[in-house]
Amino acid sequence: MDYLETKGRVFDIQRYSIHDGPGIRTIVFLKGCVLHCRWCCNPESQEYAIQTMKVQGEDKVIGRDVTVREMIEEVEKDRPYYYRSGGGLTLSGGECLCQPEFARDLLRAAKERGINTSIESMACAPFERIEMLLPYLDLYLMDIKHTNPAKHQEFTGRSNELMLENARKTALAGRTKLVIRVPVIPTFNDTVEEIQGIARFAASLPGVDKIHLLPYHRLGQDKYEGLGREYMMEGIIPPSMEHMDTLKKAVHGVCSLDCQIGG
Amino acid sequence: MFNTTDIPKSSRITRLVDNLYAKMPVIESARARLLTESYQATEGQPVITRRAEAFAHILRHIPIIIREEELVVGSSTLSPRGCQTFPEFSYQWLEDELDTVETRSADPFYIAEETKQELRKIHKYWKGKTTSELALSYMAPEAIKAIEHNIFTPGNYFYNGVGHVTVKYEEVLAIGFQGIIAKAREELQKCQVGDGDYAKRSRFLAAVILSCEAVIEYAQRYAMLADEMASQCSDPARKRELQIIAQNCNRVPAKGASGFYEACQSFWFVQQLLQMESSGHSISPGRFDQYMYPYYQKDIENGNITREFAQELMDCIWVKLNDLNKCRDAASAEGFAGYSLFQNLIAGGQNKDGEDVTNDLSIMCILASMHVHLPQPSLSVRVWNGSPHEFLIKAAELTRTGIGLPAYYNDEVIIPALQNRGLSLADAREYNIIGCVEPQKAGKTEGWHDAAFFNMCRPMELVFSNGMDKGEMVGVPTGDVTKMGSFEEVYDAYKKQMEYCISLLVNSDNAIDVAHGELCPLPFLSSMVDDCLKRGKTVQEGGAIYNFTGPQGFGIANMADSLYAIRKLVFQDKKVTMEEYKNALIWNYGKEMDEKTAFEITAAVLKNLEAQGRAADAESVSSILRTIMSVKPKEEQRARYNEIHRMIEEVPKFGNDIPDVDLFARDVAYTYTRPLEKYKNPRGGQYQAGLYPVSANVPLGGQTGATPDGRYAHTPVADGVSPSAGKDVNGPTAAATSVSRLDHFVVSNGTLFNQKFHPSALSGREGLEKFVALIRSYFDQKGMHMQFNVVSRETLLDAQKNPEKYKHLVVRVAGYSALFTTLSRSLQDDIIRRTEQGF
Repeated sequence: MDYLETKGRVFDIQRYSIHDGPGIRTIVFLKGCVLHCRWCCNPESQEYAIQTMKVQGEDKVIGRDVTVREMIEEVEKDRPYYYRSGGGLTLSGGECLCQPEFARDLLRAAKERGINTSIESMACAPFERIEMLLPYLDLYLMDIKHTNPAKHQEFTGRSNELMLENARKTALAGRTKLVIRVPVIPTFNDTVEEIQGIARFAASLPGVDKIHLLPYHRLGQDKYEGLGREYMMEGIIPPSMEHMDTLKKAVHGVCSLDCQIGG
Repeated sequence: MFNTTDIPKSSRITRLVDNLYAKMPVIESARARLLTESYQATEGQPVITRRAEAFAHILRHIPIIIREEELVVGSSTLSPRGCQTFPEFSYQWLEDELDTVETRSADPFYIAEETKQELRKIHKYWKGKTTSELALSYMAPEAIKAIEHNIFTPGNYFYNGVGHVTVKYEEVLAIGFQGIIAKAREELQKCQVGDGDYAKRSRFLAAVILSCEAVIEYAQRYAMLADEMASQCSDPARKRELQIIAQNCNRVPAKGASGFYEACQSFWFVQQLLQMESSGHSISPGRFDQYMYPYYQKDIENGNITREFAQELMDCIWVKLNDLNKCRDAASAEGFAGYSLFQNLIAGGQNKDGEDVTNDLSIMCILASMHVHLPQPSLSVRVWNGSPHEFLIKAAELTRTGIGLPAYYNDEVIIPALQNRGLSLADAREYNIIGCVEPQKAGKTEGWHDAAFFNMCRPMELVFSNGMDKGEMVGVPTGDVTKMGSFEEVYDAYKKQMEYCISLLVNSDNAIDVAHGELCPLPFLSSMVDDCLKRGKTVQEGGAIYNFTGPQGFGIANMADSLYAIRKLVFQDKKVTMEEYKNALIWNYGKEMDEKTAFEITAAVLKNLEAQGRAADAESVSSILRTIMSVKPKEEQRARYNEIHRMIEEVPKFGNDIPDVDLFARDVAYTYTRPLEKYKNPRGGQYQAGLYPVSANVPLGGQTGATPDGRYAHTPVADGVSPSAGKDVNGPTAAATSVSRLDHFVVSNGTLFNQKFHPSALSGREGLEKFVALIRSYFDQKGMHMQFNVVSRETLLDAQKNPEKYKHLVVRVAGYSALFTTLSRSLQDDIIRRTEQGF
């Protein structure tokens, strides 16, 4: 079968994304995730099944099945902007490793057209799936949320050993640029010690020289209600700019990684 | 190469700005009084002579002032940001609004009781002598009717001088007015008494000489004042400054400037006094960074000046550009809100040989706008494929401050667009921008750039009413719209209404044009525009090399979406009949009848009654109004209209990167641009279209009924070539790509594309890089102009609540920047609504 006909399930496309990878990018959001992070700002991405969510009082269908061809045509639309900015395609989700063939073929389609590629992913899948993508991937924005397996389990529904191992394997493979991203979540990982722990791990990965600290935000809160789900982060206040600066300094205290706040 | 290093702002600039905005602006009557005295003394003389005599009389006697700490002097009013009045163009509106001008919502002015009395006395003289009265007498009755019915609004030049010009500043800087007088004398000597045009030509040249001499005298008055102030000044530093000011004013603008400081002073007198001769706005400094550069470069090389002091002088000029002001009638003040004079100053770009000439001063222009953080000058930058990256990054830094400046212009579109209008390649490459967005070649053009607002939605209303409006025939009969069997019939009807309305627009503009030529030719302005001296006539009479008239259409997005929706819902999908569509529009898609509509219908009923000889008394008027207000559609009708509105909402809209819709919009834009460019103006030039609304899309939207794109009655229409507010849902790249699909090359009077950003989009060096990339990409796709509002919604809401905290908050309105708190409430709301898109 022509790889352009590979099917996948997406729930959104966002053009003019400027905080997820170099330049001006188009993000394709894939549906389905293995984790259920409590702070997730896209809770509608977690189920693979097509759902309805109430948005401003009206039912909205979340998720549609598409082909790689359809998606790459959408991605093509902003080519003039990629050309000037060095931008391109970013796959996000959900977790794109849950649909490895579709992810691979969409990245391939972009690469073959000369469009820069990137994924936002937490590497929670057998390494073979990651390997499938590497030939077509320019940048891996990899989420590392915690170094403590128990805490990771409690807040995301899964332990973190596989992810840490995949991070190392990806770095060792040396086939893509790897950037570590940390969602900074109060009550979960926002202490100096926890962030430094992640930073030390990131710094130990060969070839990694950047870490992004992404402050928790509440923009996804209404969606939980729209899905009839409880928001377990109720009452949690986003970290202050001052605290983020403290964490950034803490990162610089234990490693030489370039640390930036926000994507 | 050029230096991009920041220069600290001198504390003087902060104080100059604070003093400028300490009080509400004041209307002064000195100019009107002197003008009228002179006119009374010159009855019976040639018009051109009277104009020059009056200009000279004003400059000899108008009170002058040097404000505290100023380095560049010349003020048209004693009070900061005050304004003079210009009764020779029109006065009736001011007479009517004397008692309300202080309390109106857009651009209020304080006026003293004695000033009111004096102006009332002066106005008596002007009855029957103004350009606006003469223009009205020249207009065809049907054109007057179309204006009354708000099809278009030529109010700008109907009430005021024309302005909208850039003169040969470089010539004044080089040879001074003594040099220009010498040129005029030379031409005068060539005149032979037997020449057919001797009478007019010789009087014109004499008028030029008199006007230029008066300007030299005016500068000398400042020299004397500065000397006098210096002699009384106890602060040695200020005393020295005043002495230098005196020296400068003694030399320039009489002579050529010997250095950068003199060049600044010379520039300023030209800029100020052009706006004393006539009330025309958009007197645009143009390529300041180019014509000032030789003086800067020489002074820097010789060690005569520091970069810091040069910057301080430029900052002073920037402040002075905000010292000039103009009082417009209440309706126009809404349309041009924010006290703006649209003095457009442009940096960067190419020279006549096509080389990039961005220099130190280009950067310093941007720094000056950062320092003063005021709406004037309307700063623009030229962008082309060879523009230095660091220059654009610097410009983006200014954008990030939220001041709405600079506007970005694309050489790659504008140069060929101007060539297509007959400019030479060399002239086109040296273009600058006039007013909001209008490109032209400085010192050679009378572009009449802002000739009218043409509301593209109104001819669509005429299609649905078969040419009728409020009970009168205003358009042409194009048939019963409910009987039209194909989309082409509807589209043709729209084109016919457009063509007819455009012909009326041309009629009224030409009438005004002739009136200016006959009653208010401007010898001082004409002394600095080619080829007036050689041709022996003013720019108002065709003295300029390039002549245009550029009225701007607006509502393109509404009309594209309207026609597209009609085609789809009525003729392709057959979900709605034309009859239902018509009724849905009449009933405003099932919304309650608003007061405005009720008043309009009442007025039409009364007119009919009157025509039948049955005058209505107050009681019957109010009963008619009550009856109309109580008329409601039946519940099932209302439900159907709501349903139709929902269906329209679902039809694809312009601004979302849907090629089919966007190319359709391109075609709809031609319904304005093509008929227009067939017409000629009285100066022998061509009509050329602009697509931008200034801020008129808000007030003029208020005069427009519901449109077939789902827009409710009396709400704002779309701004410039931008998509309708809230209809572009795919983000800024999709909107920009859509807008670039219009044919910007034929819209040679300018297009205007507004985008709004949250400040986070420009944060850090990376944010600036991506922002510049966005502009470059839009320009790669052949967009012409782009401007940005970068201010958070929260800030604006807070500014509405606490205006006193935000006296200096500047926002981009449409083609210019204005102080947010001076805008009318409705325009403020519109700007807030636009920022909500929150890309």
